[in-house]
Amino acid sequence: MSESMLQVRDLHAYYGKSHILHGVSFEVKAGEIVSLLGRNGVGRSTTIKAIMGDVPPQGSILFKGGEIAGKKPHEIARLGLGYVPENRDIFPALTVRENLYLGQKKANVTGRWSMQDMFEIFPRLEERADTQAGVLSGGEQQMLTMCRTLMGDPDLIMVDEPTEGLSPMMVERVAELLERIASRGIAILLVEQKLTIALKICQRLYVMGHGHMVFEGTPQQLKDNAAIRKEWLEV
Amino acid sequence: MLELVIFSTLNGVLYGMLLFLLASGLTLIFSMMGVLNFAHASFYMLGAYFGFQLSQWLDFWVALFVAPVCVGLVGAAVERWGLRTVHKWGHVPELLFTFGLAFVVEELVQMVWGKLPVDYRVPALLDFHAFELFGTTYPAFRMFMLLISVAIFLVLLMILTRSRIGLIIQAALTHPNMVAMLGHNVPKVFMMVFGFGSGLAGLAGVIAGPALVTQPSMAHVLGPILFVVVVFGGLGSLPGAFIASLLIGLIQTFAIAINYSLGDALSAIGMARPMQGVLSDLWQVTVAQVGPVVPYLMLVLILIFRPTGLMGTREN
Repeated sequence: MSESMLQVRDLHAYYGKSHILHGVSFEVKAGEIVSLLGRNGVGRSTTIKAIMGDVPPQGSILFKGGEIAGKKPHEIARLGLGYVPENRDIFPALTVRENLYLGQKKANVTGRWSMQDMFEIFPRLEERADTQAGVLSGGEQQMLTMCRTLMGDPDLIMVDEPTEGLSPMMVERVAELLERIASRGIAILLVEQKLTIALKICQRLYVMGHGHMVFEGTPQQLKDNAAIRKEWLEV
Repeated sequence: MLELVIFSTLNGVLYGMLLFLLASGLTLIFSMMGVLNFAHASFYMLGAYFGFQLSQWLDFWVALFVAPVCVGLVGAAVERWGLRTVHKWGHVPELLFTFGLAFVVEELVQMVWGKLPVDYRVPALLDFHAFELFGTTYPAFRMFMLLISVAIFLVLLMILTRSRIGLIIQAALTHPNMVAMLGHNVPKVFMMVFGFGSGLAGLAGVIAGPALVTQPSMAHVLGPILFVVVVFGGLGSLPGAFIASLLIGLIQTFAIAINYSLGDALSAIGMARPMQGVLSDLWQVTVAQVGPVVPYLMLVLILIFRPTGLMGTREN
């Protein structure tokens, strides 16, 4: 396989005094779609927040070969790491267009994705370009959040539960978009609770339980491993 | 009566615009950084004293531009080397830090310029009457203050809604962490907003200094009213701060000018004013006498009936 994009080694993180991550290690290679699965509260979101520098990390995080643990969130983002948050942190008072514009790291610089690209992929965003983002539907907000991150031309995006609360049709669209993003050579770390979308589009999967990894393998290997699914994934 | 209305309106709007120069910075700083800056009015006082000193050394017109910049730099330095360090320990230490800073500034000002008011005067160029109405004159310098405040308000509005940095500030008002994770240097934006907000307070000081009195107590005279403005308007809301500034400016000016009591009102509609009983004094109290308490009463009432303020959206 190709070079390593993100390499996390023995990552620990704390919220106040509680120890959330107990030595998490995993890897995402260039162009790969990798999923981080697990139930609520096992530390998946904390893992990506620690990678982004939003939660102070302990351990080693190599991005494109350079150590990023200890860097500030904006420095990490500028290196080409994109984050799509779970709670769809759109900027509600700004218009759709302004939200996308703030995804760009500099005023007149776009990379692999222009605003026009976004509007072609989601005509709905163009229709609502001058509407305040706060009034969009949940699915539209999810698309906007994803597109906003893409405007910053990342080499790897970490997407936290993009299908949470969306209709099956919208889930399908999210899956399509993720594959489309990957087809432009962008690596994806997908944090999910549901297996459906992960099994369909990922090359490799990790399963997390109580602050550490409990499984690593291909979708097929996870399908074959009923014990892991029963213990760590099924509700 | 008409002259009273016209002059009180002018003075009220002027006072309101001055309040807004201060409140805009305070409310932006609060909603971005979560810091209720107790020292904000101290930057206003520093502006007045810097303005005075520079007018003495050089000229008022130089002071008008240089003093706000100096105050802004002091503000930025306070954020960079003070608040940012204290920030790690949480909001209460930050609050105490700004609280202490207000006293430090006041003591320093007294050490340098003394406890008595300084002789900060209206520049000769503007020391004339702008117009005369019903035999009462209105100073040109006050018109100039009004002009400056309105101009700053328009510039601020343009920056916030039309420029990229303005959009980043607006986004950071609600989601500072997300803005940082899109690659924007949020700590630097904080420092700039703090510096700019302090600079605006400083500018208010430079222009208010000659019209009001430049003395060491001017910060804590204005400070409490400022909190009423930002809480009443809704913490973090610029339009709210604007409306509240004007409202409080007008209420305070009109209240002082109206020398009527409830008893007068009763007499006016032909009823006898009650002269006996425990509450008889109540009928004699004039509006001018209760004027100073009205803003604080508004603060208490809005907190009871609409805790988010007029236009605030913050839930917690």
